[in-house]
Amino acid sequence: MNEVLAWLTDPANWQGPDGIPVRTWQHLMYSLVSVGIAAAIAIPVGLWIGHTGHGRFLAVNLAGALRAVPSLGLLFTAFMVLGPYLNGEVSVFVPTIIVLVVLAVPPVLAGAYAGVEQVETAARDAARGMGMRATEVLWRVEVPCALPLIFSGIRSAALQVIATATLAATVGLGGLGRYLVDGLAVRDYAQMAGGAILVALLALIVDFVAATLQRVVVSPGLTGKTAGRKNALRRIQRTTLRASGS
Amino acid sequence: MDWILDHLDDIEYLTRQHAWLSAVPTVLGLLLAIPLGWVARRYRFLYAPVVVGTGLLYTIPSLALFILMPLFLGTRILDATNVVVAMTIYTVALMTRTVADGLGSVPDSVTASATAMGFGPLRRLFTVELPLAVPVIAAGLRVAAVSNVSIVSVAALIGVPQLGSLFTDGFVRDFLDPIVAGLIACVLLALVFDLVIVLVARLLTPWQRAGASV
Amino acid sequence: MIRFEGVTKQYPDGTVAVGGLDLEAASGRITVLVGPSGCGKTTSLRMVNRMIEPTAGRITIDDQDTAAMDAAELRRGIGYVIQHAGLFPHRTVADNIATVPRLLGRDRRGARAGSLELLERVGLPREFADRYPHQLSGGQQQRVGVARALAADPPVMLMDEPFSAVDPNVREQLQDEFLRLQSELGKTILFVTHDIDEAVKLGDQVAVLRVGGELAQVADPATLLGDPHDDFVAGFVGRDRGYRGLGFRAAPTLQPHEEPSVRLGSPVDEAQRLEAEWVLVTDDDGKPVGWVEPARLSGDIDRDDLHRGGTVAGIDGSSRGVLDAALSSPSGRGVIVDGDGLLLGTVTAAEVVAALEEARQGSAPDPETRTA
Repeated sequence: MNEVLAWLTDPANWQGPDGIPVRTWQHLMYSLVSVGIAAAIAIPVGLWIGHTGHGRFLAVNLAGALRAVPSLGLLFTAFMVLGPYLNGEVSVFVPTIIVLVVLAVPPVLAGAYAGVEQVETAARDAARGMGMRATEVLWRVEVPCALPLIFSGIRSAALQVIATATLAATVGLGGLGRYLVDGLAVRDYAQMAGGAILVALLALIVDFVAATLQRVVVSPGLTGKTAGRKNALRRIQRTTLRASGS
Repeated sequence: MDWILDHLDDIEYLTRQHAWLSAVPTVLGLLLAIPLGWVARRYRFLYAPVVVGTGLLYTIPSLALFILMPLFLGTRILDATNVVVAMTIYTVALMTRTVADGLGSVPDSVTASATAMGFGPLRRLFTVELPLAVPVIAAGLRVAAVSNVSIVSVAALIGVPQLGSLFTDGFVRDFLDPIVAGLIACVLLALVFDLVIVLVARLLTPWQRAGASV
Repeated sequence: MIRFEGVTKQYPDGTVAVGGLDLEAASGRITVLVGPSGCGKTTSLRMVNRMIEPTAGRITIDDQDTAAMDAAELRRGIGYVIQHAGLFPHRTVADNIATVPRLLGRDRRGARAGSLELLERVGLPREFADRYPHQLSGGQQQRVGVARALAADPPVMLMDEPFSAVDPNVREQLQDEFLRLQSELGKTILFVTHDIDEAVKLGDQVAVLRVGGELAQVADPATLLGDPHDDFVAGFVGRDRGYRGLGFRAAPTLQPHEEPSVRLGSPVDEAQRLEAEWVLVTDDDGKPVGWVEPARLSGDIDRDDLHRGGTVAGIDGSSRGVLDAALSSPSGRGVIVDGDGLLLGTVTAAEVVAALEEARQGSAPDPETRTA
C-alpha cells in the first residue's frame, strides 16, 4: 500500500506525456467523445421508438444481447479486423472509438425509449387535447418527463465507456488504462494499483458530476415518490440501464 | 472453424472455469444482497446510504477492481479469489437495490395481512415477501448474471484462465479464431445463465403461471 | 352551441362506436352524455375536438364545421378536462394552468397572474402555484385540471368523466363547486359520465346513449326521471325515480302551521311550559337550529341539547326538500323557512303528500324548476 501511495505522490509521474494529468485528460476525452457520438445517434432513435412504438422489440433485445458480449473480445476483434486498413495512431483510435460507441448506444437508447414510454398517458392526451402539435407534445411534455431515464442511460453509458477505455490500453490506446496494462506487463504493482485507483476515482467523479447535472436539469416535479410493482419494475429498468459488461 | 474443433478440450476447460467464476459470485452476491436489501427497505433512512453506497462500488471499472483486490485481500495478483470477490461486490452492488425494490413491490395489504395473522418478521420475509418479490429480483438477477459472464473475461489480463484467455491468446498471436470462439462461448454461456434464472423464477412462482398476468 | 349531425364512428374491423348521432348541446348549458360502457359517449366527446375523427357526419360549433378548422387551433379554443387530470408532472401548478395561454402567445407575467386568479376560482390557495402535481391530492389535481381548461377562457368545454377518479365525498364537493362555477361563467359544456346520478345532478340536458352509440333519449333531468322512453332508459335511470324526481319539482303550495319556539339559551321552564314532547329552538335571528326534548333538559338550552336529525326546507324549494323535512323531523313536523331562512312554520308528511296529490290531479301543471 505504501508503495502505491509513493507512486501516486511521486512528482515524476505527474509530468510529461506519460504523466497522470495527460493520461487523465486523454481518458476523459475518449470517453466524452464516444458518449457524445452515441447520444447523438441513440437519443433521436430512442425518442422515435418510444413515441411511435415501432422497433421496440428490436431495441430491447439489442440492449440485452450486447450486454452479453465481452468488451475485451470486441476490442481485440475490432482492432485486428480494422487495424490493418489504417495507418499510425488512427489504427488504434478508430477501432476503439467504434467499439466504445457501439457499447454506449444500447444504454442511451434504452433510456430514451423507456423514458418516453413511461410518460403518463393522461398527460400526453391532455397535451394533445389542449392543442399542442405532435412536435410540441414531444419537446414540451414527453422529453422533459423522459429526462430522468435519459440521464440514467447516459450515466450508464459513461461508466461503460470509461471502463472499456481502460481496457483499450491493451491495444495501445492512451489514457489511464496504460498504467494498469503497462504495470501488469512489468509486474510493477505500485503502477498498476496507482492507475487502478485513478481510474476508479475518475469514474466516481464523472458519475457524481452527471448526477449533479441531472439534479439541476431535471424538473423537481419528476422526483416524486413512487411505490408498487409497476414502479418497482420501472426502477429495475433503471438499474438495468446501469449494468454494463466490462 | 477448424481451430475450434481442434481445441475443443481447451475450450471446454476454459468454459467450465468461466462458468464457475461467474456463477459463484452471482449466487453469493444474491445471498448477501438479500439481507442488505431487506435492511434498506425496513429502515427507511438507510435506503439511500445503502443503495447509493453499494451503487458506488459498481462505478469502479472491472480491471481496476481486480487489480486493487490484493490490497484488501492480501492475495497475489493472479489469484482467482480476486475475481470472485470483485464479482461478488459487483453483484451485491446491482442486487441490493433490486432486492429492496422487489420487496417494496409486494403490496402493503399483503404484508399487513400476514402480520395480522401472526407471522413473525423472518417468517413473513421468507414465506411471503421474498416469493412475491421473485419476479422483480429475477429480472435484476438476469442482468447481473449476464453482466458477470461478460466481465469475468477481463480477468484474462491479470492471468486468470477462463474464456477471456482465448481473447488474449488470439490477440498476442494475431489470430482471430480463438477470439471469435471466445465471443461465441461467452454469449452462449450468458444465454444459458439467463434461461436457468428464468426457469427457476417460473418454478418459484406457480401463481403467475396459472393464467393471470402481473 | 355544439351540434352533431349524423355523426358516425366506425372502426376498420367493423365495430360501430357511434351510429348516426344527432344532438344539440345548447350554448351556455351543461349537456351530459351518459350510458353504459361501449355506448360511445367518450368517442362522441372526443370527436368534437377531433382527437378522434368521425367516419361520417359533421360536428359544428356555433355553426362552424370543426372539420374545416386546423385541429390544433380548434383544440386551443376548447377546454378539455379528463379523468386523472393529466397534469404535466414536470411543471408547476401555475405553469400547468398557463399552458394554453402561453401556446396562444401570452407573456409570462400575464399568464401567471391569470393562473393565480384561476386557482382562487377553483377553490385552491394561491400557495399551490409553485407546487408540483405529485404534491397534490387527487381532488386538488382535478381542480387544477379544470383551472387549466378555463385558462384561455374558451366558450366550449369538454369534460370526460372528470370526477370519477376521486373519493365520493370529494366528488360531491367538486360537483357542487362545478355548478357554482358554471353559474358564474355560463360555458357551453359537454360532459361525459357513466353515473346517472351525476348526470341528473349536473346536466341541464341529459342524453342517454345505448351500446353502439345510439341516442336512446334526450331530455332534461325531470322528464328523464319522470318519463323514460323505453325499458333501457328506465332501467338505466334506475330505482327511486319517483323520489329522485321530486328533486326537480317545485314544492306544492303549502300552508305551514304556526309552530311555537324558544330561543337558544332560554331556561328550561320556558320549553316545558309549552307542554309538547318536542320543542323547536331558534337562534336570536329567528332561524331554526334544532329540536329539543323538554323532558331531558337540565339547565338552560344550549347547542349540545339539540337533536339535529330534522332537515329544514325552504317554502320555495323542491318537493323533495319539503317531504324530507317532514319525514326526518323527530316531532313529525317538518320545519319550513322563507327565503331568508326565517321560521315560517311546520307541515306534516301527510299534508305534503296530500298537497302533491292535489297538484298532480289539479288542472294547472306544476312549474318545473331546477332545484335539487
